[in-house]
Amino acid sequence: MLDITAAEIDGKLADAKSSLLPLRVDDLVYELNGVRIIDGVTLRVEPTGCTAIMGYNGAGKSVLVRLLHGLLTPSAGSCRWAGNLSASEISRRQSMVFQVPVLLRRSVEANIDYALSKRGFKAPERARKLEAILHETDLLKLRKRPASVLSSGERQRVALCRALAVEPELVFLDEPTASLDPAATAAIEQILLRAISAGRKLIMVSQSVGQVQRLARDVIFVHRGRIAEHTPIEEFLTTPRSAAARAFIAGELFEE
Amino acid sequence: MSDFTTAFTSAIGLIAGFDTSLIEIIGLSLRVSLSAVIIGTIIGLPLGAAIAVGRFPGRELLIIVVNAFMGLPPVVVGLIVYLQLSKSGPFGWLQILYTPTAMIIAQMILVTPIVIALTRQFIEDANADYDEALRSLGVHGWAKLVTLITEVRYSLVTVVLAAFGRAIAEVGAVIIVGGNINHVTRVMTTSITLETSKGNLGLALALGVVLMLLALAVNAVAATVRRFAPKAAYA
Repeated sequence: MLDITAAEIDGKLADAKSSLLPLRVDDLVYELNGVRIIDGVTLRVEPTGCTAIMGYNGAGKSVLVRLLHGLLTPSAGSCRWAGNLSASEISRRQSMVFQVPVLLRRSVEANIDYALSKRGFKAPERARKLEAILHETDLLKLRKRPASVLSSGERQRVALCRALAVEPELVFLDEPTASLDPAATAAIEQILLRAISAGRKLIMVSQSVGQVQRLARDVIFVHRGRIAEHTPIEEFLTTPRSAAARAFIAGELFEE
Repeated sequence: MSDFTTAFTSAIGLIAGFDTSLIEIIGLSLRVSLSAVIIGTIIGLPLGAAIAVGRFPGRELLIIVVNAFMGLPPVVVGLIVYLQLSKSGPFGWLQILYTPTAMIIAQMILVTPIVIALTRQFIEDANADYDEALRSLGVHGWAKLVTLITEVRYSLVTVVLAAFGRAIAEVGAVIIVGGNINHVTRVMTTSITLETSKGNLGLALALGVVLMLLALAVNAVAATVRRFAPKAAYA
């Protein structure tokens, strides 16, 4: 028990404290059936705030976030996380919200509790975290409801609650409000703003310029599997550098 | 039409009269078929689930074979089991030919492919929906399989019922390995075959009605479980 070396203790401490971010993506390629869906993406994601990923349908946004989150394996290139963490520790510190939420056929709180237990939180701590996150995402009234009877807005709120419950350093979101009405969208954005101010990093695919303006600090514009530009939000909204992004903001059809 | 009316009346008469030999036959039918389904489920459910989420060479071929085995002819299965269990067969020393045990084995072979194939389909469909979300939560391997099975648990009731329907209704396998011996291996379907061959069509039809009522009763019980279990699960 006692013969742990100082280096090991240092390593454990570093493990607990060091951040995943910044993320450096180097010449990332993803091919499916001979088609390059992601075609040489190089970028750097900073540790704080919300980074938005925008682009036309089929540009490769969803595939890009899945590659970063580790749900897909790149054909070439790499994602390098800071902090020298093990692969399991890297994935433990992330979570994801999908465009169509996938909930288990059980109650709202059982869904959240499932995620907490799978991430290794133990009983007394789990109950505490469950209460806190249900409160934070305004789901206390719905906690006993079966997930199957919820509206789409409520389902997405539960999915977001589940993603935040595991206390991730980084949350991926793939068009989380794409099929929601304005009120449900506002509710999700409120929660996201609180998550950002609590220090969580968000990487969010969005088609809504307004939403990106409200939430993001920088925008990665993906066009045909490549990064057309990666610029701070003010610059992106006023003077986008790429022709594709200019056309996107102006709401025009873009043909290359 | 009057045949059916008479048959139905005599069926009610048989049941209401608690005819002891009928009760014995019903009891053995249920014992054999339920045992076969329980063993078939214990074997087939994990195998079906493993094929659903596993990726290994020959998987596609295995799925085709298992799907085809859902249509195994009962007489062929009966014959094969007979050859294994007969005195000159490799398992003749067990001396279980013409016993309920042999009948359970034969029916188990008939229903296991049904359990495997249908479980595989339900779990695979669920996996297509849940895969990314579960992997994102760090749920892999065993834990993932258990979650998927839990998610489709009510569909699996239907799988078990399909297997039971197959077992209780077949005659070809049990008549070959059981021999339709009175008080020993006589079940509903073999009785119907016997009475028909003896020309007792009325009695045969009455037994047929009893058999259908039996299947109805088992399905009603399962439907009740299915209906009330979800409420308990959310309590």
